[in-house]
Amino acid sequence: MSGHSTYVPKTGFERWLDARLPIVRLMHDSAVSYPVPRNLNYLWTFGGILVFMLVAQIVTGVILAMHYTPHATMAFNSVEHIMRDVNFGWLLRYLHSNGASMFFVAVYVHIFRGLYYGSYKAPREVLWILGVVIFLLMMATAFMGYVLPWGQMSFWGATVITNLFSALPVVGETIVTFLWGGYSVDNPTLNRFFSLHYLLPFMIFGVVILHIWALHVVGQNNPTGVEVKNVQKDTVPFTPYATIKDIFGMVCFIFVFAYFVFYQPNFMGHADNYIPANPAVTPTHIVPEWYFLPFYAILRAIPDKLGGVLAMFAAIAVLAFLPWLDTSKVKSMRYRPVARVLFWAFLVVCIVLGYLGAMPAEEPFVTYSRIFTALYFGYFISLVLVGIFEKPAKLPNSIADSVLANTKGGSGASLAAATASEPNAKG
Amino acid sequence: MSTTPFRLALAGLSFGLALTANALTAQAAGDRVIPPQQSWSFSGPVGKFDRAQLQRGFKVVKEVCASCHAMSLIPMRTLSQPGGPEFTPGQVTALAATYQIKDGPNDQGEMFDRPGRPADRFPSPFPNEQAARAANGGAYPPDLSVLAKARTYERGFPQFIIDIFSQYQEQGPDYIAALLAGYKEPPQGFPPLLPGQNYNTYMPGHLIAMPQPLQDGQVEYPKGPDGKSPVPETVAQYGKDVAAFMVWMAEPHLEARKRIGMQVMLFLIFFGGLLYYTKKKVWSRMPDGSTAH
Repeated sequence: MSGHSTYVPKTGFERWLDARLPIVRLMHDSAVSYPVPRNLNYLWTFGGILVFMLVAQIVTGVILAMHYTPHATMAFNSVEHIMRDVNFGWLLRYLHSNGASMFFVAVYVHIFRGLYYGSYKAPREVLWILGVVIFLLMMATAFMGYVLPWGQMSFWGATVITNLFSALPVVGETIVTFLWGGYSVDNPTLNRFFSLHYLLPFMIFGVVILHIWALHVVGQNNPTGVEVKNVQKDTVPFTPYATIKDIFGMVCFIFVFAYFVFYQPNFMGHADNYIPANPAVTPTHIVPEWYFLPFYAILRAIPDKLGGVLAMFAAIAVLAFLPWLDTSKVKSMRYRPVARVLFWAFLVVCIVLGYLGAMPAEEPFVTYSRIFTALYFGYFISLVLVGIFEKPAKLPNSIADSVLANTKGGSGASLAAATASEPNAKG
Repeated sequence: MSTTPFRLALAGLSFGLALTANALTAQAAGDRVIPPQQSWSFSGPVGKFDRAQLQRGFKVVKEVCASCHAMSLIPMRTLSQPGGPEFTPGQVTALAATYQIKDGPNDQGEMFDRPGRPADRFPSPFPNEQAARAANGGAYPPDLSVLAKARTYERGFPQFIIDIFSQYQEQGPDYIAALLAGYKEPPQGFPPLLPGQNYNTYMPGHLIAMPQPLQDGQVEYPKGPDGKSPVPETVAQYGKDVAAFMVWMAEPHLEARKRIGMQVMLFLIFFGGLLYYTKKKVWSRMPDGSTAH
């Protein structure tokens, strides 16, 4: 949907610059005149929210790095120095630590929105795969960031997760030694994690630019999953329509974020991480941050260590193959009676897996973890089959048609409108 | 709206609840007694520390706890900063002078002792962990600086979700207050205590190395105008005052955080309201002039 540029340089300087580096034209085309489907709902504001969160994490992180000391004997106290002595250091650090959690809240909403509305299907496969790459980089960044305060959970979390690589045959032990920079998690580990934790966000930033580039080539998906047919009728210009809606959504999200930062700053952390790292004392339960819990449950569900590691990575990698696993031509689950049920079941499965990941590795949780791991992968397998026999509901002819059907009847017909927006919902 | 996904979600939810019931039974079987919830002046969105309580808590910590426990991250000057016990700078200078601080090396290359200054951190009672262990029967008295944030207990489902809205987050001080008043004779059938072991109701597993540190009347509290302390000089009260002081040590900017938080939240509500109506206005007209969207 890149289309023709509607940018007209107004001043002499703009004309001069446009002939040499059309950067203003680029910005105008991608953030002002860029056509956006007119029927997007608030789930589509999470892309903008994620850009905001990435920038917020980088800004707070860069300032925190000015006051932090990446050394095994000083890291814990330097974080406490930030909390106590640095002006508004407590605010920066709580923004950064809660920001990581809120980043994942937003990315999970963003991913599940893509799953529901079929945003991974042609022509958006590359866009989707770039998203999976960003998700992986985010997980690596968050994991290394959690190690930096050098508390008990930092240390033991790092020990458990890096040890996973030892399950790989032949090269496993070598890789682990290489990751640690020695023969146990120690100062060299902390140093390299700090270095990488500073590097990876900028790699995320780079892939985000590719992600947005790909988005602007193929255009946004929308709740009907029907592609834009008539730019005049089906879309609105990004500015002011999407801009104002995105900013409003962002402020609502920041409200929730601020609530945690100011009133519950340690809600999503672990008390154990306020105990300085001690290699001689293992905490009773080693639990990763909440956003890793479903994958942690899958890891522990498999009795074999290598199998568990493979299953955990497969749980993420399978997302990248989704564009080809889902055999249905229809994008939006609105018009897919069977797949829609499976989607909601999958959401519940992920939440239950998260719960199981937080539980100790004992019965009955191990058995439940196995059942729900099977169900997790079952979703992707079932999408292969469902697409073949499922009879989708009738799609609207165009985005404009679906919008008109929605608003026809006027104010007294909200029920009719609701039925029209999800035609034949009972299948 | 379709009911099938809804029913499915409900089924999943009830399954989750069944799991939780299992989890709770498992928990009840463990050796953990949940400490009672105290009412703290610093809880909730507008909570503030009770200055008198922090000053009393500091007195107990200084006279009792600090003989074994370090507070190595706390500069003495913070005792007079806003949002804390708010001793006067004069009181803090006088207090600091009572400590001997190791400093140096001097021009002769030698370490020397000098009287403390407000900028110094509290000196630790032992030079290192080994010395602390040797003096305490092998047990290491943990540093108190952030301990109030390092102690908690599982809230379980659904309580942990309710906590988001009730803002309950005082598991640490509740546990510390309960622990300090939780020393008892071991119940019938409890295995005999070894030397260096003490029975405490609230310690996970009930065995604690720290002997009962506080007795009723042990620390003298400042007198009110009637010549009596306004609060009882009991172990229960000492425990609460120590716990409150430890929360301040762990979170010295708690009051500023909650105050700024209120300003931020009010601004976001106002700003969000303006944006909402602006958004409505913008979307009330489509580019082609129609009103439908």
